[in-house]
Amino acid sequence: MQKKLIEVKNLKKYFPTNKGMLHAVDGVNFYINEGETLGLVGESGCGKSTTGRVVLRLLEATAGEIIYDGKDILKVDKRRMRELRRDMQIVFQDPYASLNPRMSVSQIIAEPLTVNKVFKNKNELDARVKELMDTVGLTQRLVNTYPHELDGGRRQRIGIARALALKPRFIVQDEPVSALDVSIQAQILNLMSDLQKEFSLTYLFISHDLSVVKHVSNRIAVMYLGKIVELSEYGTMFKNPIHPYTQALLSAIPVPRLHSTNEKIILEGDVPSPINPPEGCRFYGRCMYRQDICNQKTPELKDIGEKRYVACHFAENLKPAKK
Amino acid sequence: MDKNKKMLSINNLSIHYITEEGTVAAVQDMNLEVAEGETLGLVGETGAGKTTTALGIMRLIPEPPGKIVQGEIVFQGKNLLDMTTEQMREIRGNKISMIFQDPMTSLNPVIPVGEQIAEVIILHQNVNAREALERAAEMLEKVGIPPERIKEYPHQFSGGMRQRVVIAIALACNPKLLIADEPTTALDVTIQAQVLKLMNNLKKEFNTSMIMITHDLGVVAEVCDKVAIMYAGNVIEYTDKKSLFTEPRHPYTLGLFGSIPSIEDDEERLNPIKGLMPDPTNIPSGCPFHPRCPKVMEICSEKVPKDTEVSKGHFVKCLLYEE
Repeated sequence: MQKKLIEVKNLKKYFPTNKGMLHAVDGVNFYINEGETLGLVGESGCGKSTTGRVVLRLLEATAGEIIYDGKDILKVDKRRMRELRRDMQIVFQDPYASLNPRMSVSQIIAEPLTVNKVFKNKNELDARVKELMDTVGLTQRLVNTYPHELDGGRRQRIGIARALALKPRFIVQDEPVSALDVSIQAQILNLMSDLQKEFSLTYLFISHDLSVVKHVSNRIAVMYLGKIVELSEYGTMFKNPIHPYTQALLSAIPVPRLHSTNEKIILEGDVPSPINPPEGCRFYGRCMYRQDICNQKTPELKDIGEKRYVACHFAENLKPAKK
Repeated sequence: MDKNKKMLSINNLSIHYITEEGTVAAVQDMNLEVAEGETLGLVGETGAGKTTTALGIMRLIPEPPGKIVQGEIVFQGKNLLDMTTEQMREIRGNKISMIFQDPMTSLNPVIPVGEQIAEVIILHQNVNAREALERAAEMLEKVGIPPERIKEYPHQFSGGMRQRVVIAIALACNPKLLIADEPTTALDVTIQAQVLKLMNNLKKEFNTSMIMITHDLGVVAEVCDKVAIMYAGNVIEYTDKKSLFTEPRHPYTLGLFGSIPSIEDDEERLNPIKGLMPDPTNIPSGCPFHPRCPKVMEICSEKVPKDTEVSKGHFVKCLLYEE
């Protein structure tokens, strides 16, 4: 059962800019087991979406390895990659920008099937499109409508149907519910968990919303400025966050409950620039526990037991964090 | 805070948009009150009428297509709807000011932030430009931005900092009522925590009344004293914060709570509200929520529910509670 479907090793993605090298993703390691959901959380600009795109080779990695189903996909040629893409799909954040406004619902969902010449005749294609619409809960009557006629939730269902069209095994969910109202968001989250069970899908679920990530993920990776600072199973992370950034992040969430017990840790300042970051811990400037060493040596993501990984020089000291 | 001193009361307010496709009842028969120093949360999903309410109070509804059909908005004992344009201009930005959702679009990109803060001070207070700039620098310091940055342009600030500038503009003339329209929605959680804390502190310092428009019940739990839940132009539940969180009564409010993934507990599945928001030009008859309501009764499609006081100060628009 616990087979690794995808493993990312020391993945880097740098973008050259006028001011210097922008380290969007800087040495990221993780794996996702088959049928599992790995949540990737972090604030804007931390590199989570870039990671999602690099994993699918929608952006070319600067360095590192991406082992998908036993093969390093960074080494395969374009043609082979095109075949692999059937297996690896993505659902985008903005259901308004990710659907072509000049294509009807059926055309959008059929596009991956026609591009890959899956069906020889039109009837089979139409039948598959209808089947997909049923799967994601879109009524048949919408088959000839255009995206602008539909609300955000229905549009996101189209995006999901399109991603499912080629029967993938792995889907990158890039903030799929961020643009939706809570009641619609809940519908889409339930749909995605049903689909995962039905088709044994593996998800990389990217989001800035921790309560959503907690709800969907088996394990969670927290990113800060291009690096993973903590990776744990969802339960342990939420009960007992170790990295100071994770602690602050979790405490900052407004909880819809009276007299919430959590003491807020208010971080000072903003996320620093990812351009030519200095040696040392990226979180140094905002950390409440910082020491001299933190400014000199970059902490590596270390195994600290209980299937937990933390990138902090003082992870062992912070481990029994009282909460 | 003087709970008995009324700052704002909205009585039977209805705002319609008259379009070619039909009339949209954006706000329907609304009754709300805000006391001095009190914070009212206005909660609802896209299209519920939250922003229209805010624009109505500011008298910024575009006419046509908008029209205030009936009701009154009494601010410090005077009906704002009877005021002339000049009188209104005296109040706007001075006694009542507003913070918008997106700090990028609400600041002028080609004017330094200091001048943008000074602009409202010059408009409403009898000071010259130099004095106004000094006051602007003080305001910047109050919101946690080093006053040396007074000559910088909006693009030189991060999202959280920009929102602080917007707050500085809104509070520059020490308003009696502050309307904040989703002030932290565009911000990351750690920055959101900073900004909410800042707003809470400044509100206490100046004893400002506030209307906080949000879709996030977590934010409500943190900053509001009382709450109005809106659905399709109607305030369907209106009560103090405590009874909203301990005994929510309207099926829609219950649905909202069921849709939020919990950060503290584990849940297998969310309980979303079925269906979609109604078409605003074609609001269902009777109770506008009845087609989506899990507790719908026969009468719900025929009779429009009235405010029922289920316990002291707790109003619900639902036929389940009507005698």
